[in-house]
Parts: sequence; structure tokens; C-alpha cells
Amino acid sequence: MELERHEYDVVVVGAGGAGLRAAIEAHENGARTAVVCKSLLGKAHTVMAEGGIAAAMGNLWPEDDWRVHFRDTMRGGKMLNHWRMAQLHAQEAPDRVRELEDWGALFDRTPDGLISQRDFGGHRYARLAHVGDRTGLELIRTLQQRTVALGIDVYMECTVTRLLTGPVAGGGAGEEQGITGAFGYWRESGRFVAWQAPSVVLATGGIGKSYKVTSNSWEYTGDGHSLALQAGATLVNMEFVQFHPTGMIWPPSVRGILVTESVRGDGGVLRNSAGNRFMFDYIPDFFRKETAETEDEADRWYEDKKNNRRPPELLPRDEVARAINSEVKAGRGTPHGGVFLDIASRRSAEYIRKRLPSMYHQFKELAEVDITAEPMEVGPTCHYVMGGVEVEPDTAAARVPGLFAAGEVAGGMHGSNRLGGNSLSDLLVFGRRAGLAAAEHALKHTGGVALPEAALADAARAALEPFDREGGENPYTVQQDLQQTMHDLVGIIRTASEIERALERIAELRRRVADLSVEGHRQYNPGWHLALDLPHMLLVSECIARAALERQESRGGHTRDDFPATDAEWATTNLVCVLAPDGGVSLTRQPLPQMPPELAEIFEEVPG
Amino acid sequence: MSYDATFRVWRGDATGGDLQTFTVEVNEGEVVLDVIHRLQASQAGDLAVRWNCKAGKCGSCSAEVNGRPRLLCMTRMSTFAETETVTITPLRAFPVIRDLVTDVSYNYVKAAQIPAFTPGPRDADGAHRMQQVDVERSQEFRKCIECWLCQDTCHVIRDHEENKAAFAGPRFLIRLAELDMHPLDVLDRREDAQDQFGLGYCNITKCCSEVCPEGIHLTDNGIIPLKERVADRRFDPLTWLGSRIGRRPRS
Ligand SMILES: Cc1cc2nc3c(=O)[nH]c(=O)nc-3n(C[C@H](O)[C@H](O)[C@H](O)COP(=O)(O)OP(=O)(O)OC[C@H]3O[C@@H](n4cnc5c(N)ncnc54)[C@H](O)[C@@H]3O)c2cc1C
Ligand code: SF4
Ligand code: SF4
Ligand code: FES
Repeated sequence: MELERHEYDVVVVGAGGAGLRAAIEAHENGARTAVVCKSLLGKAHTVMAEGGIAAAMGNLWPEDDWRVHFRDTMRGGKMLNHWRMAQLHAQEAPDRVRELEDWGALFDRTPDGLISQRDFGGHRYARLAHVGDRTGLELIRTLQQRTVALGIDVYMECTVTRLLTGPVAGGGAGEEQGITGAFGYWRESGRFVAWQAPSVVLATGGIGKSYKVTSNSWEYTGDGHSLALQAGATLVNMEFVQFHPTGMIWPPSVRGILVTESVRGDGGVLRNSAGNRFMFDYIPDFFRKETAETEDEADRWYEDKKNNRRPPELLPRDEVARAINSEVKAGRGTPHGGVFLDIASRRSAEYIRKRLPSMYHQFKELAEVDITAEPMEVGPTCHYVMGGVEVEPDTAAARVPGLFAAGEVAGGMHGSNRLGGNSLSDLLVFGRRAGLAAAEHALKHTGGVALPEAALADAARAALEPFDREGGENPYTVQQDLQQTMHDLVGIIRTASEIERALERIAELRRRVADLSVEGHRQYNPGWHLALDLPHMLLVSECIARAALERQESRGGHTRDDFPATDAEWATTNLVCVLAPDGGVSLTRQPLPQMPPELAEIFEEVPG
Repeated sequence: MSYDATFRVWRGDATGGDLQTFTVEVNEGEVVLDVIHRLQASQAGDLAVRWNCKAGKCGSCSAEVNGRPRLLCMTRMSTFAETETVTITPLRAFPVIRDLVTDVSYNYVKAAQIPAFTPGPRDADGAHRMQQVDVERSQEFRKCIECWLCQDTCHVIRDHEENKAAFAGPRFLIRLAELDMHPLDVLDRREDAQDQFGLGYCNITKCCSEVCPEGIHLTDNGIIPLKERVADRRFDPLTWLGSRIGRRPRS
């Protein structure tokens, strides 16, 4: 078998914010580090992030600090977050943002010359450091330029298809089973490549491509989630999928493309076809104390946060998405089946173009809508997965020695629902921690791992299978059927009978995937690439469906029509997925880690 | 609402290829990338194309549409007559890998050669203070999504492979301008701009500004001011002295 081989201390899979931050940290701690990514450098999902990075820097509101951010994050996640992750995140985010400036980032400024911060849903104070509405671009370019400046090796357009495990020597503890490397192929040539390394950091992002309407790109096929499971790690919170309330809905070809929450943070409101600001009818008791009751109060809040409460349009995303869903179901939707998002009647054209340049451009170019003059039509779109690899909060270590996970692929940080802006900060905080821990682990085990030859041969054989079959189905059709299944049966609103049907269909799709065949040859062949992504998508979809069926309550990004209330017992229970010996997914219930009293107190002292 | 369009798509690899003709359905509101995806799903499963965001944010889907450098995801089908044949070819300035995918490694090599951002110290309280007006000049260039359309267009390299060694292309000239205008950066890269990155090759035709999907004024706001600053440096003995003793000369 023709195989390119490399040896490193740390291999980072993924070149988004989490992966690049991990690589920088691993490198700076003396580890020989490589980054592997499916697209060109700088094109990962992080580039698309718009609104900003949440960090309690207190530049505009000195009252803000990590404790308020911690509390907002936990409440946004309906208290299911791993408290320790939420704590580290809130404490460290400001430093992680400031350090980006040392690497060249240029955030928008306050009149005092500090980093400006904007309002977002679920955040008590204006907290999101931003650059217009292209914050993700600034973040990824800064990290990319830093990575290049440090001379870190980047394998771009290269896909990892297997994690390798085996005996690991060193570290004083004798021999144990752990990570020994990774296997993949170059997209350009189709040739195989293997990296030998005692530490692998997964930073592969999310799973949204399993859904029909999504803000996510082709890369989001859940590879990291699936690779982790197959290597023996666990996934937590997989039932929680975030549907962002505002995706584009018209024309059909742009359906799902994100409309940033900054539109609402900067003053935009939601209206139904009758022109009503319907969000006032959907304020849940859990957030009533901190939400405005009248339009006047809501409008005053933008200027005076002390004496007014937040507009209901800025409730956490799960609440807003469900409300939109209900309005449309009740027949109060727009001509194309969404609701109106109006900033035109509320802010000047100049302000809108300045604060939301890429939204202005996006609607103008793709929908022929001038958002400074008319409302947008929007509806929910699959956006983010809260679930992911179960990790140690301080080190981002998964249950398999040598495996680490950070960013969207990791679970626990966001509980049942993520607040806007908390992902970019998550990437930086836990990317850094993962890189540090991965370097430490690797330096203890240098020379202690070898590439398992049998596994390499097996991985190569498996990757080539779709070429060996003839007359089988086309991978694009199977992908579309999966997307339709997840959209219809495991979407925003779920019921037991529908989820059961989804599981049956997933099993059927699995048989179809085993029979796929692809045209052409190995060189830059997207049909083949998709054929190799599909098993990941199916495995992750099964995790989502199984966990969604098991959790008989509604909470955050998981709404059960047949169990519409939250349930006290489920409030302290996590669902954990492992790979069963037969290749299926099995679930276990695990108690939620309980926060220490000094953190619990924050919920009493910080006003609502 | 929907109609059948005629598409001619270049297919092939480094050893050669040709335009293949397809008849393909087009629906209301679609962009060229949607049509390419429909071809992949229905007629040519192995048709190679790059894309990620489908919203003009990542700069992956660059190609030439009827001979013009464009983002496929931001080129609406409604800009063509229904009877018009739409021809899609790979970026001409870069070697083909396969179909619409080209080898853009030239750009990554140039990026790595630019002396990295080098900040001055933070204020006593740990913050970097900068005024909005001062960051805006560099922010314009940081909007760049690295789609390489300007690189593809610039006549210095479009049909002149031999100039690539000495010329970094408009994208990296504005990267140099960005660093030069960055309020925190303390390095002087003007000599490099001229000697290593080929600033002098640019004769200000402004073609790069015309194709930039981000609307960056590469020439007016980046390249011309940089040329002026290089000229300053070359003729002003005081600036020269300033840079010798390691301080950042204030233009
Ligand atoms: C349109 C949009 C707007 C958003 N706006 C915001 C915002 O304003 N604020 C905020 O906080 N969050 C926002 N988010 C969410 C946030 O952008 C993402 O959650 C975050 O960027 C994920 O970063 P990551 O580093 O985990 O992964 P990514 O940036 O997605 O990177 C994943 C990397 O893994 C690589 N990869 C995946 N699988 C493999 C494999 N098998 N082999 C090799 N490489 C692989 C990919 O190529 C890629 O390089 C937004 C998301 C979207 C879609
Ligand atoms: S202005 Fe200069 S860099 Fe731009 S296209 Fe013309 S010659 Fe090239
Ligand atoms: S400057 Fe404009 S055209 Fe050139 S790479 Fe950047 S975004 Fe593309
Ligand atoms: S796909 Fe991102 S710019 Fe076209």
C-alpha cells in the first residue's frame, strides 16, 4: 500500500478557531504540531461567524464580570451546562480576546479606544467583541496568520477518516491503550497519509449537514463526533441541536443561510403577518423577571440597561425559534412561510450599513431585498450542535488517553442551548486548554507509540470500497434522504413516534450506504468524499435520535411535543452515547456534575 | 419559474481537458453554484469544485464565469438570459488540479513570506487603545476573504508565470498596506514591499479593485498609498535614520 507517513507530538484535526488556537498553544509548549483540515486554510466554518465573541471585558458596562457571564451562560443552557466549563469559559474569555490583538486582530472600538462590545440574546450586558458583522473572519485570519508565522505544518484539503489506537508506553503508568495517530487522504490526489502521534486534538466542528435547512457547510458532517465514538470515547448532550431563529427563507436556494442575531442586538424586531411584535406573547416564566413587558420598555433598554429589561426578541435562541415556529403554524407567517425581521423602520440606513454590512450585502445580492428599506423574511435553521465529545473541563481530554476535543465538537459547555457569541469564545478558551494538555501528554509519551499496520491497511481498504462496487446508489441521493429524515422527524419539535420512524429510516439508510458506488477516480472527487462522510453523518444522526427519544422532557434545543414541560429529574441527568460492540449506539444516563456552593450563590446575588 | 439552461463546464486535469456541455434545470433565485451542485447530484458526481459558505464569506468558490473572475455562490442566474450559454472555467492564473479546482498554493507561499505582525507594548492596564478612525483603514483590507480573484485578474501574473517569483499580487500588496497602516504594528516593511514583493510591478490599472467581491479599494486605498510611502522612505534621509535606530517612523 502506498502511504505517506509523518511523525508529530500533536496532530490537530480541524483548522477553525478551536483547532488553530490548540495548534498555537501546543507549538508554544514545545510540541511538534500539525494541523489537518478538509478545506483550504482560512475557509473553516469559523470564517462565517458574524456577530461576535462573548467576553465579559466590561468595556461598555463596568458592572459586567465573569460571574454575570457565567450566570447568563448557565441560564441560557437551562442549567444543564457543565458548571466547570462554563466557569473557565467566562473567566478566561477576556484574556483570550485581548491576546488576539497582540496577533493583529482589529476589533471595532469604543469612544475610549477599547474593544467595542455589542448586545446579543441572553447576555445581560453588551458583551460581544466584534468587527462589523464579520467577526469570524477576523478571528480565523488572525489565528491563521499566527499559525503561519510560527511555522506550524498545515495539511490542507486533507481528510482524516480514522483515529488510530494501540498500546502507549511512557508517562510512568506503564502501558495503556490510547491514541497512536490518525489516518486520512489528500482530497487533491486521493492518496493516503498517516500521522503517528501520541496526542490528537479533535476540532472538527459540527453536524448540521445532516439537516435539510441549515446554516452549515458541506464540512459539517460530524466527522469528529463519529471518529471519537469509534475510538472509544463518549458523546454527551447529543439531543440538543440549536435551530437559529433567523435563517433566510427566500429564494429557496438560500434557505437556511444565517441572518445574524446582531440584527436584533442592534435594534431589529420580529413581526408576524399582522404586524405584531409577537415575541411579547412568548416570554417563558423562567425569563419573565428579566424580560421587558412593553414595547416601550424594550426600546428603552438599548440605551438604558439599568432601568429597563431586555426585549423578548433577545431571549435565548431556543425560545425565539419555537415562537417563530408557532406563529407560522398558527397561520400568521409571511408569504414564504417565515416571519418578518424588521430593522429598516427602526434604525437609519447609514447605521444599518455600518453595523451590518455583510447582511446588507447578502440580502441585496441573494434576495434582492434592501434591508435598510424593507423587512427580511426569516425562519429557523439548523445551526449548532450543543452535544459533543465528553471532556474533562480543565484539559479538554476525552475518555481515551491522548484524545482531546475542543470547539463545537466538544460537549458540555453549552448545556441544552448555546448563547450567541459563546462559541467563538469557547473555541479560544478550550482550544488553548486542549493544545496545552495535548502537548503535555505527548511530551510524556514521545516515542511511546507506533502506527498499527493492520489498522492502516484496513482503513485504506474501507476508504476504497465505494470504487469497488458497481451500479450502486449515488451518495447525493442518500444524503438528501437523510437530510429530509432529520428535518421532518428529529427537527425543532419532536415526538416519540416520529423519532422512532427516524431511527428505522436511519437503519435503512445505513444499508444503502453500505451499497454505494461512486463514479470517476480518486483525484479531487466530491462524490467519493461524500460517500466517506456519510457513515459519520448516519452515526451522529443516530446519536441525536436515540438521545432525543430517551429524554422525555423539553429543554433548550430539545422540544418534545409529547412532553412539553421541563422535568426536575431530567434537570440533573445527562445522556451519554457510546459505541456498542455491534456498531450501534448505546445510551447511558449519568448524573450532571453539581456545582460548588460558591458558584451556586451567584444565581442568588446577581440580579435577574 | 424553472427552465433548462445550457452550461459549458471545463473538465479535466493538469494533463488537459475540455468544455463539456450540459443541459440543466435552473429555478428561481438560484446562483451558479446551485446549478453546479445540481450537476454533481444528477449528472456528474465527480465534478470538482470548491465551496463552503455559499454566502460570499469564505472565498472558496472562485472560478471564471463567461471569462470573468467571479464567486460562483454570488453570481445569480438571473443575470443571464435564459437562452444564454453559461461557461464556467477554472481560475486562469493558477495551475488546474481538476475541473474547477486550481492549485492556489502560490498565495499561501507568498502569505508565509510576509514579515509577521509585530505589536508595540500594551498600556499599563493591559489594554491596547486605538481609535475607530485609526483602525478603519486596516480594517478595510482585513475584510479580504482570500478568494484570489484579484490575483487571477492582475495582468502581471495572469499570463505571466515567470513574474510570480518576484510579485506577490494585489492581495498581498494590500496585506502589506494593512500592516503598514496598523496602529499597533512597529515593523517597517517598505523595503520588502518594493524589493521582495514586487510593488513596482503594479502599474495601477485597478483591475484588481474591480473584481474584488468585498468591494475593497485595493489600488486607491492600499497600493497607491503604499507606493507613496515607499517613495518617502527612499528619498527622506530622516525616515531612513529613524528606521535604522529601530523606531517606527511616523510616515
Ligand atoms: C453562519 C454562522 C454564523 C455564526 N456566528 C457566530 C457568532 O457570531 N458568534 C459565535 O460565537 N458563534 C457563531 N457561530 C458558530 C461558530 O462559528 C462555530 O460554532 C465555530 O466557528 C466552530 O468552530 P470550530 O473551530 O469548532 O470548527 P470549524 O471552524 O468549523 O472548523 C472545523 C475544522 O475541522 C475540519 N475538519 C472537519 N472534519 C475533518 C476531518 N474528517 N478531517 C480533517 N479535518 C476535518 C474542517 O475542515 C475545519 O477546518 C456561527 C456559525 C455559523 C454557521
Ligand atoms: S492595479 Fe496593480 S495589482 Fe491591481 S491589477 Fe493592476 S497591476 Fe495588478
Ligand atoms: S482583495 Fe478582494 S479580490 Fe483579492 S483576495 Fe481579497 S477579497 Fe478576493
Ligand atoms: S462558497 Fe464561500 S464565497 Fe462562495
